[in-house]
Amino acid sequence: MPYEILEKKELGRSGTIYEMVLRTPLIAKKAHAGNFVLLRVNETGERIPLTVADYDREKGTITLVIQVVGKSTKLICNQNVGDQILDVVGPLGNKIHIKRYKNPIVVIGGGVGIAPCFPQAKELRDAGNEIITILGARNKGLLIWKEKMKTVSDELIITTDDGSEGMKGVVTDPLKQIMQKRKISLVIAIGPLVMMKYVALTTNGLGDLPKVKTFVSLNTIMIDGTGMCGCCRFSTLEGDIQFACVDGPDVDGHIVDFDNLLKRAGRFLEQERDSMECYDEECRALEQLKKEVI
Amino acid sequence: MKKKIEEDSKSSNSLSKRSKSKLTNSEELHRIEMKQQDPKIRITNFEEVSLGLTEEMVELETQRCLQCGKPLCISGCPVNIKIPQFINLLKEKNFIEALYKIKADNLLPAICGRVCPQETQCEQACILNRQGEPIAIGYLERFIADWERKNNLKECPECAAPKGIKVAIIGAGPAGLTCAGELAMNGYDVTIFEAFHAGGGVLIYGIPEFRLPKDIIKREIETLEMLNVKMEYNSIIGKILTIEDLRDMGFKAIFIGVGAGLPILLKIPGLSLNSVLSANEFLTRSNLMKAFRFPKYDTPVKIGKIVTVIGGGNTALDSARTALRLGAEKVIIVYRRSEAEMPARKEEYHHALEEGIEFQFLTNPVRFIGDDNDNVSQMEVIKMKLGEPDESGRRRPVRIEGSEYLIDTDTIIIGIGTRANPILTKSIPELKLNKWGYIETDENGQTNIEGIFAGGDIVTGSATVITAMGAGKKAAHGIVKYLQEKYLEKK
Repeated sequence: MPYEILEKKELGRSGTIYEMVLRTPLIAKKAHAGNFVLLRVNETGERIPLTVADYDREKGTITLVIQVVGKSTKLICNQNVGDQILDVVGPLGNKIHIKRYKNPIVVIGGGVGIAPCFPQAKELRDAGNEIITILGARNKGLLIWKEKMKTVSDELIITTDDGSEGMKGVVTDPLKQIMQKRKISLVIAIGPLVMMKYVALTTNGLGDLPKVKTFVSLNTIMIDGTGMCGCCRFSTLEGDIQFACVDGPDVDGHIVDFDNLLKRAGRFLEQERDSMECYDEECRALEQLKKEVI
Repeated sequence: MKKKIEEDSKSSNSLSKRSKSKLTNSEELHRIEMKQQDPKIRITNFEEVSLGLTEEMVELETQRCLQCGKPLCISGCPVNIKIPQFINLLKEKNFIEALYKIKADNLLPAICGRVCPQETQCEQACILNRQGEPIAIGYLERFIADWERKNNLKECPECAAPKGIKVAIIGAGPAGLTCAGELAMNGYDVTIFEAFHAGGGVLIYGIPEFRLPKDIIKREIETLEMLNVKMEYNSIIGKILTIEDLRDMGFKAIFIGVGAGLPILLKIPGLSLNSVLSANEFLTRSNLMKAFRFPKYDTPVKIGKIVTVIGGGNTALDSARTALRLGAEKVIIVYRRSEAEMPARKEEYHHALEEGIEFQFLTNPVRFIGDDNDNVSQMEVIKMKLGEPDESGRRRPVRIEGSEYLIDTDTIIIGIGTRANPILTKSIPELKLNKWGYIETDENGQTNIEGIFAGGDIVTGSATVITAMGAGKKAAHGIVKYLQEKYLEKK
């Protein structure tokens, strides 16, 4: 089954974040907010999990947003419109629970994590909820999908680390302000582990602010994505083990042991670096060869 | 050919027939030994350990077979291969007919010849055990399958005329492949839906290259494709398609052979430390994703200096021997029972010993200990003794209090077993399961839902490749019977 890339565009001015639309009719038919796919670019590729950022059931497509962080993500981003991805498996993981809440929902997206917030905000807003969206990025150039998120938000707040757009600061600053002013039914946070950790600490009710149910989306290292390998497992603060692929990827942010998860996330750093170096070397050699031929 | 066997069967199956044999006494008592890669060399590569038999060896070994009138070996085989008949054909050097004879009952001889636990099945039943060693049935089966491969043949049995009835198989493991083959031979239009990007199930993600080359599985699947079996990879039923979708697509019967894929993890402190992983993860990385060829292949696998593997089955042994080949300086297997209770294939255990794997029997982990960066550095274990037999019939290991000690280790692989994966079964709420989440079936492999059959590990819990194949075959017969009664006889 071929999985063709139908659209590709660079997001922001980062040079590292891309949006891709893939033809995956069967997956598009079943995908919901919260689901992810596993993607393997070619025969020697690894299986990497990517959250479905949008889907179009009629056109039979899903949208993925990918940031280059290592060899595999670079390899995907080096593919172009018309190229085919060898394997796409999904939709995996649990879809989020959609219902009408009494009070507003705060949706927080950080960096490339903004993209998977979109279907969640959309499906929850379609169900009649008020959505307050907070988007955070290091700087204006790394801020993605601002306009798209606007279409599914009743209120949109932007923070950047350097103040180049919106408020200068981090996503928990406006979150705290909102929580002081209003009653909130639910917080959804998707982004870097550190961001999700601090959102969970803000809403866990152990400080001055009231406790608010908080979901975080875990994008751990995975292989099969069906609970078979346990590679994606995380520890709860009580010491229980859960699997991000089948118990998540959206899980109660207040039970996650983020400190352990942060250490687990880096366990292949050395190999990832080697892999990236080999790939860059390969790419350079290929460029050289092209030049020589021309 | 059949006639000759029948004539043979008139004679008694006593061992006195031996006198006719041209073999020396020692040759009569001892089976042929298969050539192997030198242990010192083989731990540096992923090539096959056992090198197969030569034609001369086959000639010697086949002469040892008594061609019993009431062959016990056939009933020892879960798929009832006509063992004496194929051995007799081999003896006559009629290799192609020998191949057909096996394939009539088992489409996957290259696999079974390598991974079946013959010592507890056909070979255990062999009457020669009473005087010496049993016929090396597994070796002979492998020889004929290798002969097919070497001669670039892909033989498949004759198929019945197409019946135009679609059957869906969920899972391309041993049960699913066998069921598919059986149904295709009976003229059914079969599609296999597989979650991974490659077929074979445990054969491809679980069993390492040095025990079962992946090229063999690829070829066996190609043989199925020659029987017009269609493969749909990357298709997790319950996610991308439901059972209802399959029915809407026109599938008249469905076979569930999704295995028991979930790893059982030890619930002891330190489980979330880095470099503590399930055998499933370790083996899937190395086998399916080919991490042993990193960085040519992108999936990494991390291996420490001292690797400790927990468990006594084939999975534990495969993990240990893979770790060794990936460069571990020392590999220790920790098993809570004794050598005698190990469920692993004997041959693999001997191979592991030859390769220098260290075994610590009657030893059970208590906790995993990590450093400041949450990397594992030690494992605390406790000595065990054998108590009264448990429900498995094996003596239950009991802790010897106060016998705890520490093992220095920087990688821990847990290979203590697997359980049912609920993804598919959860998507069919009306499907009857037992308390462990395995599917309940009747003697034909049929579940409580009409037209849905199941077999293999998802019914029995983790067992062997050949048991799953036997279940796949049985279910195929059940499906044939069901479809015939429902769709064919009425017409």
